[in-house]
Amino acid sequence: MSELFYNAAPNATRAAPPIPKQRQYPTHKPQHVYLFGTCVVDLFYPQAGMDSIRLLEREGITVHFPQGQSCCGQPAYTSGYTNEAREVARVQLALFRQNWPLVVASGSCAGMIRHHYHELFKDEPVTLRLVDTLAERTYELAEFLLNVCKVNLQDQGAPLKVALHTSCSARREMNTHLHGRALLAQLKGVQRVEHDHESECCGFGGTFSVRMPDISGAMVADKIRALQESGAAQLVTADCGCLMNINGALEKQKAVLRGQHLASFIWQRTGGTQ
Amino acid sequence: MNQMTLIPITQIPEPAFKERARQALNDDQLRRNFRIAMDSLMTKRLAVMSDTDERERLREMGNHVRARALSKLPDLLEKLEDNLTRNGIHVHWAETVDEANAIVESIAKAHQAKRLIKGKSMVSEEMNMNHVLGEHGIECLESDMGEYIIQLAGQKPSHIIMPAIHMNAGQVASLFTKTLGTEYTTDVDELIQTGRRVLRQKFFEADIGISGVNFAIAETGTLLLVENEGNGRMSTAVPPVHIAVTGIEKVVENLRDVVPLLSLLTRSALGQPITTYVNMISSPRKSNELDGPQEVHLVLLDNGRSQAFADGELRQTLNCIRCGACMNHCPVYTRIGGHAYGTVYPGPIGKIISPHLLGLENTPDHPSASSLCGACEEVCPVKIPIPSLLRRLREENVKSPEAVPYRLRGQGSKFSSKERMAWKVWSKLYASPTLYRSFVYLATRFRSFTPGKAGPWTEHHVAQKPAARSLHELAREHLEESQ
Repeated sequence: MSELFYNAAPNATRAAPPIPKQRQYPTHKPQHVYLFGTCVVDLFYPQAGMDSIRLLEREGITVHFPQGQSCCGQPAYTSGYTNEAREVARVQLALFRQNWPLVVASGSCAGMIRHHYHELFKDEPVTLRLVDTLAERTYELAEFLLNVCKVNLQDQGAPLKVALHTSCSARREMNTHLHGRALLAQLKGVQRVEHDHESECCGFGGTFSVRMPDISGAMVADKIRALQESGAAQLVTADCGCLMNINGALEKQKAVLRGQHLASFIWQRTGGTQ
Repeated sequence: MNQMTLIPITQIPEPAFKERARQALNDDQLRRNFRIAMDSLMTKRLAVMSDTDERERLREMGNHVRARALSKLPDLLEKLEDNLTRNGIHVHWAETVDEANAIVESIAKAHQAKRLIKGKSMVSEEMNMNHVLGEHGIECLESDMGEYIIQLAGQKPSHIIMPAIHMNAGQVASLFTKTLGTEYTTDVDELIQTGRRVLRQKFFEADIGISGVNFAIAETGTLLLVENEGNGRMSTAVPPVHIAVTGIEKVVENLRDVVPLLSLLTRSALGQPITTYVNMISSPRKSNELDGPQEVHLVLLDNGRSQAFADGELRQTLNCIRCGACMNHCPVYTRIGGHAYGTVYPGPIGKIISPHLLGLENTPDHPSASSLCGACEEVCPVKIPIPSLLRRLREENVKSPEAVPYRLRGQGSKFSSKERMAWKVWSKLYASPTLYRSFVYLATRFRSFTPGKAGPWTEHHVAQKPAARSLHELAREHLEESQ
């Protein structure tokens, strides 16, 4: 037996965290919320961010957008550059001091703040307290609209078939697929169609898409085929990472189908103007 | 740990991972075979695990049983050795695959054994046993149907449960016609019967039977083995000597612990409530018994597992009960198949265990070959947080090779000072609101200068052009107006 075996730290065994309980939502709509726009929305899909703000404002909520925000740190974190991710995350942490909900326009970034910041700051007890209170009031946009604002959407658009794609971390960490479905179901003229292997990853995975372009490319090609075969006229997703991946590949293939952020889609369907 | 702990380097095939993956992606037949097979396995699993509450409770129990076993692994291994020895089973310890092969070889020599028959064992694949013993004039024949097929084809398993899953009936039929001279048929039952007829005789001719172990029970000194073909029972009961080989992590505390694990294993693997055969081996043939081997040996192999065991986070890798559900649900595995990984264990579990077995220097791309989608963690019966462990391995992989503490063999195999510098710059930029806003301002104003080609991204996508104005700008304007 190797030396390592006998030298292993005592009590180093980890058990899985308990099965998460269903999230409890505030009973009253808050007056103020923070919006975390995310880096991809900021630079590439600002309209999705603006439509998120408008949807929240329509619910009578004052939206605060701290100008100091940039990125949740996820790209560096998942690439193994933990210290670099932590320094970026630290700056975000300092921005949301009021006890207002933090609404994030992307499920994977919401998941990063809600579930991974704890691990990122595990060696800093003081910061950790801040992290945990922030995690507690972090919501993905669809989740917030549905369960906290309890929106009642009035569809004004023509009949339309749409497919819903949910990012994997949004699905597994934030249940965004269920929230997205529920919101789309409120839109009378919208028929949501399933696509083949709907729960399967679109192949984005942040830096995975450039580190393993062949595998990622095969995954997005399959995703696109499934979306096209679903008969949907449009794709809707609540995550701009996937949107960038799927739309970028659709455009490369000169396909007609395009994806749109859920916030923009809902805003436009319910009579919102730019 | 020294170089000797490596699996013979011949097992890490050239070309490198990415090239093998590319070849697999271009093989339409292979992609179809895997997609069809994996879809069917996912459906079968879900059919026997449809009750979410029950499934989640069972998974939690499985995780706790494994965690408890690992928390007292040194004690349990000692207890296992004591109880097996008391039951008359010889226990051998091997730190490396070379040591393990030497043990099997010396037992074979002591019995002048020339023919070995083997039930399915992934640890024997780790040892490259067929090849190593073959070089010493000892023939090792696979008796599991899938293993037999790939042995005939001169290949390695592409899946840990279904080693020949990459082949369809037509391909097996051609192989049998070529190697066994049987008439070509794609009737699966007939193909299986052909294989069984050939193998049947071999069990009686074999000098030694080899098997793996699913659970080694410390309390009773029992080796538990599940299988569906009966070949496991034949291999362990018919030849006069039985040698079981397994990893040190396979030990569980007591029989009660086996109940949830067994239920999880067979359901997660093939969607079976229970396997056709469950073998519990507690001793060689006793004086009043008519059959069974006269001698039973157990070889306990470390082969890098200690490295995972030494780290609290990575120790969770050793929870694995080898059901294969992670590969069945993996979008990467489904597309590139098992051989592309080039390691004995493919798929998500392969990506987290192989760096310990072979060193990161021999598996540099494995931790990166995942979108971290989390499908594997979702179905893992013992709740191994595979994406988190992959992320951790990435961290170890991009560290400087000289960084301390030096925890993993091959640390820093993907270290690039250029890439590290790029992330440092990224971090400075995104951690400074002023710098970040200036950067975004420039990126949006000079958006027409976005290059049309952006490395690997534009192989499958159009170049991503920044918007005309950032959300920072639009939000500031909007909120100033409205407030």
